[in-house]
Amino acid sequence: MTAAALGSYPGGFAWAFSRDFRLAWRNPGETVLVIAFFVLVASLFPLGVGADARLLERIGPGVIWVCALLAAFLSLPTMFSSDYADGSLEQMALSAHPMVGWVSGKIAAHWIMTGLPLTVLSPLLALQYGLDAGTLLILAAALAIGTPVLSLLGAACSALTLGARGGGMLLALLALPLFVPVLIFGAGAAEAQASGLSASPQLSLLGAGLIVAAMALPAAVCVAIRIALD
Amino acid sequence: MNWFYFSSPSTFYRLAGWLAPWFFALAAILAVVGLYYGFVVAPTDAQQGEVYRVIFIHVPAAWMSMFLYFVMAAYSAASLTFNTRLGAMMARALAPTGAMFTFVALWTGAFWGRPTWGTYWAWDARMTSELVLLFLYFGFISLSNAFEDPRRGDRAAALLALIGLVNLPIIYFSVHWWNTLHQGSSIKLTGTSMHVAMLTGMLLMVFSFWMYSIATALARVRSIILERERRTRWVRAL
Repeated sequence: MTAAALGSYPGGFAWAFSRDFRLAWRNPGETVLVIAFFVLVASLFPLGVGADARLLERIGPGVIWVCALLAAFLSLPTMFSSDYADGSLEQMALSAHPMVGWVSGKIAAHWIMTGLPLTVLSPLLALQYGLDAGTLLILAAALAIGTPVLSLLGAACSALTLGARGGGMLLALLALPLFVPVLIFGAGAAEAQASGLSASPQLSLLGAGLIVAAMALPAAVCVAIRIALD
Repeated sequence: MNWFYFSSPSTFYRLAGWLAPWFFALAAILAVVGLYYGFVVAPTDAQQGEVYRVIFIHVPAAWMSMFLYFVMAAYSAASLTFNTRLGAMMARALAPTGAMFTFVALWTGAFWGRPTWGTYWAWDARMTSELVLLFLYFGFISLSNAFEDPRRGDRAAALLALIGLVNLPIIYFSVHWWNTLHQGSSIKLTGTSMHVAMLTGMLLMVFSFWMYSIATALARVRSIILERERRTRWVRAL
């Protein structure tokens, strides 16, 4: 048997990543929707609370974080469900590659399609809220570290609700409470910078959270997928 | 002696039916004595006046809310690793009681906070993490009931309980890690800063709530067993 037929972690990762990425590239509607939702909801807040510059500067980091979190959440239901519905998830589980590899690849592709565009767009929205340059950079940095954690946590919840009744609302009930720590530290980093303190404690905690999540959650997603395929 | 004798639902059903009334009785006795200590024997607090007496409900409920989540996660881990049926049923049976105690802890905390802090609710680390715990309980209950196949719901909810376990240390250490409105613990292993009658009343209430949790979990697991095993011969013979 050749090495390729045996399957490997990097092999599975690269295969799943390029597959999901290509699917999203050829059918970009969903990614565009996520970004449109993010920008739209963030623009609703100044209309709702009033366009007072000081107030907007104050609530800006928190609002942008909540919008990013909701936008990332919107794309969760389809993460595994279409593959589950047409049986390709089962075929992937039967492949020679270790499950943890291709699951990580799928999560990475999900982040590239949702978390990364949100991070890239966030300085633009931050400018609309009148945040200064330092806060803007910290906000983008916090989103860059925090959104992969959202993708990882979301993948676990998405895999748990495969084939469940009341899919969307149930997913919200599971995922949003787990997102809370990411939101607290992510928005806290920008807030600390805006009030003249160092943002490094919050960023370090987010980084630590990312390391723990990246190590533990792909395995949990695998268990959840196995439960779903039973 | 066969250690796994009671791991079968049919034998455990009878054991639970025999044990539950005893735990209910124990809970009631402890609650009567604990409340007597709390409302009659314990002196008025020098700083807070009579308001502090809410701790006889609040602290035991908060402790049980965390402890029951831990027990639920332990049963979940056992059911996932050993593929036991009864472990998952016990986890399901514990969840509503845990959610109830979490709610009681939040509710009594709000009523204590109004006269003492001047606000029902503050977005402080301990309250927020306790609120997250309440939603974890709700998520567990909803997910376990979201599938046609109850075993599938058991397993998915068990995994969710294990993922949510990271929240427990956050609640417990929140008053140390963050400089928050919620005060630290008055009871430490090295001694306590409380009056002895207050401490006695509170510990009695903790044990009362503990016994109550066991009793309700046993009563609830009996219904779950009956529902799951309704097609078996022993249930029909009942």
